Amino acid sequence: MGATEVKVLKGVNLSVKKGEFIAIIGASGSGKSTLLHILGALDKPSNGVVKFENRDLSRFRSGQLNKFRNKMVGFVFQFYHLLDELSVLENVFLPAMTGKSIMGWFACRRQAKNRAKEVLAQMGLAERIKHKPYQLSGGERQRVAIGRALMNEPKLLLADEPTGNLDSATGNGILEVLEALNRAGQTIVMVTHDERIAKRAGRTVTLVDGKIEHKNSNNS
Amino acid sequence: MYKIILATRYLLKRRITYFAVLAVALSVFIVIVVMTVMAGLVNEFKEKNHRFAGDCIVGTESLVGFAYYEDFTTILEQQDYIEVVSPVIKSFALLRPIVSKQDDVIEIMGIDPVRHALATGFADTLSYNASDASKAFWALKSGSSGFVFWSSKEGLSKPSEPTQDPNLPGCVFGEFLLSKITNITNARYLAGTSYSISCFPLTARGALAQAGTDLVNTKTFYFSDQSSTGIPRVDGLVVYLPFEEAQLLCGMAGPTKRASRLHIRFSPDVKIEVGCEKIRLLWQKFMQDKTDETQSYTLDTVTVQSWKQYRRASIAPMENEQTEMSVMFGFVGITTVFIVLVVFYMIISHKSKDIGILKSIGVSNLDIIELFSLYAFLVGIIGSSIGLSAGWIFLWKINPIEDWLYKHFGFQLWDRTMYAIGDIPNQAEFGMLATIVISAIVASLVGALIPTLQAARQKPVETLQVGQL
Repeated sequence: MGATEVKVLKGVNLSVKKGEFIAIIGASGSGKSTLLHILGALDKPSNGVVKFENRDLSRFRSGQLNKFRNKMVGFVFQFYHLLDELSVLENVFLPAMTGKSIMGWFACRRQAKNRAKEVLAQMGLAERIKHKPYQLSGGERQRVAIGRALMNEPKLLLADEPTGNLDSATGNGILEVLEALNRAGQTIVMVTHDERIAKRAGRTVTLVDGKIEHKNSNNS
Repeated sequence: MYKIILATRYLLKRRITYFAVLAVALSVFIVIVVMTVMAGLVNEFKEKNHRFAGDCIVGTESLVGFAYYEDFTTILEQQDYIEVVSPVIKSFALLRPIVSKQDDVIEIMGIDPVRHALATGFADTLSYNASDASKAFWALKSGSSGFVFWSSKEGLSKPSEPTQDPNLPGCVFGEFLLSKITNITNARYLAGTSYSISCFPLTARGALAQAGTDLVNTKTFYFSDQSSTGIPRVDGLVVYLPFEEAQLLCGMAGPTKRASRLHIRFSPDVKIEVGCEKIRLLWQKFMQDKTDETQSYTLDTVTVQSWKQYRRASIAPMENEQTEMSVMFGFVGITTVFIVLVVFYMIISHKSKDIGILKSIGVSNLDIIELFSLYAFLVGIIGSSIGLSAGWIFLWKINPIEDWLYKHFGFQLWDRTMYAIGDIPNQAEFGMLATIVISAIVASLVGALIPTLQAARQKPVETLQVGQL
């Protein structure tokens, strides 16, 4: 961090199967967010290999990594991280605009907008597409963030403390959304510090001081 | 496409951007107004010098002049690219109004008024004889008595319309010289006044041509007109005399006549530098042909110059001022760059989270640079448009504004009694406007460059985690 080198992860061996819903649980500073960022190619490990569908992410050039983040992975953050200047609909179809020229966008914008509306309808926000993020509740904003993450039909959804900023009822609603997505086949890796939330996932991985302590299946 | 949407939304929503837009607008406004006025004054002044000198000048600075000018004039008049040649006598003399005991040093220019009016803009400078330069040296007489004393005060009596007498040798005064000598600004009151002009005649070798009591040649001339060239040094020093009279006064009218200069006007489609070069070649041949003549040595100091070269000493100070002004505005541009830099630094600091979000959905560093560069471009173009519009309106109304200020507060940007200008120039050149606008946009882009590059290099993990703290 800054000029000081801090070992956050100290030998992590993890594999995620297609269709799994994994919760990574650990105390604050255990390295769970760092692990999530490495999985989503937002950060690089100092040592080790990260493979996605048998392809080593460390061999990807920056353009390939950008495309990977755009097409293969969807991020959901604790604080939603929506763009305040854009409407709900624009926030959701933003990933579809990335990497396209103006002509390319005009060629596919109708399709993209329809997809965004479909995702927002799935999130129960069909009536809010023209609103700005500041006009929504916390739970609604998080559902918009999930919608944005799903826009390009990613193979992997990464959620970093998705309920951390919400009350329990609203958080429960978000977890139900994630569970429904997983039932439909979405692969999800979720980071949380709350065991009760972790138990909603199919498998729990516990991180302590940068190491995986144990992995439990929650379906047993 | 998202870059256009985001850049436009940032521009509209982030109020701090307005400061950057205002900085660009103010800079563009100031530069347009000052450069237009300055360029207009310089161009006007250059044009006045061009009209005073004609297109090309063959001559010498030596007070003895040069010989065989008539032969060279004949050669020049045979060239199809030359319209008119006007020989001129130039020297220094002493002027004394007949009723005064005070002498003033003046510069005399002996001209043929008709030829000189064709070769230069002489006719347009005259007060009474602008439409017919042939009468420039017809002495003006007072309508009632024929002659008046020049000490008559203005306003005491309105003089009647003067009459002109072609039989008396007239002289045309520069307007500032006139008011300096007589304290009278309205030349009507000077009809009928007369002046003694004295000159030291010189031989072709530069020695005094006469000795003893005939050391100087003196002749009385009558006020015939005043000239206003708009060039203060000319209008404050020069008296025009008939060519032959000036030639006699200066001792140049001997068996081998001499003149100081030939003022030349080219045909309209001839480029000045091309014409001057042709004349230089003619002159070189002429000098060779005259090598064996008795006064061929007088040709050694003769040069062929374009009007710009000839009037360099007059024009250069104003051009230097214009250059200095441009340099100063370079500093204005640098200030604008720094203002934009500071504003963008603040904006991008606030937008770290957005940058992290964009990178998390696959936006590249180059895309981030393009986004904020587009933002800076919009700041530049909107600021420039505002500055350009405001500058154009201000220039359109600059003279009425100055008139209003003068009427209510006695304030003038340039004191018209000191500066020979009419209206303040307000015609902006398209090329200059385009340069200023493009420079302003470039300044915005440059100002935003460092913050933009820093934004692109930001690690999304760091920016997003800051948001999560």
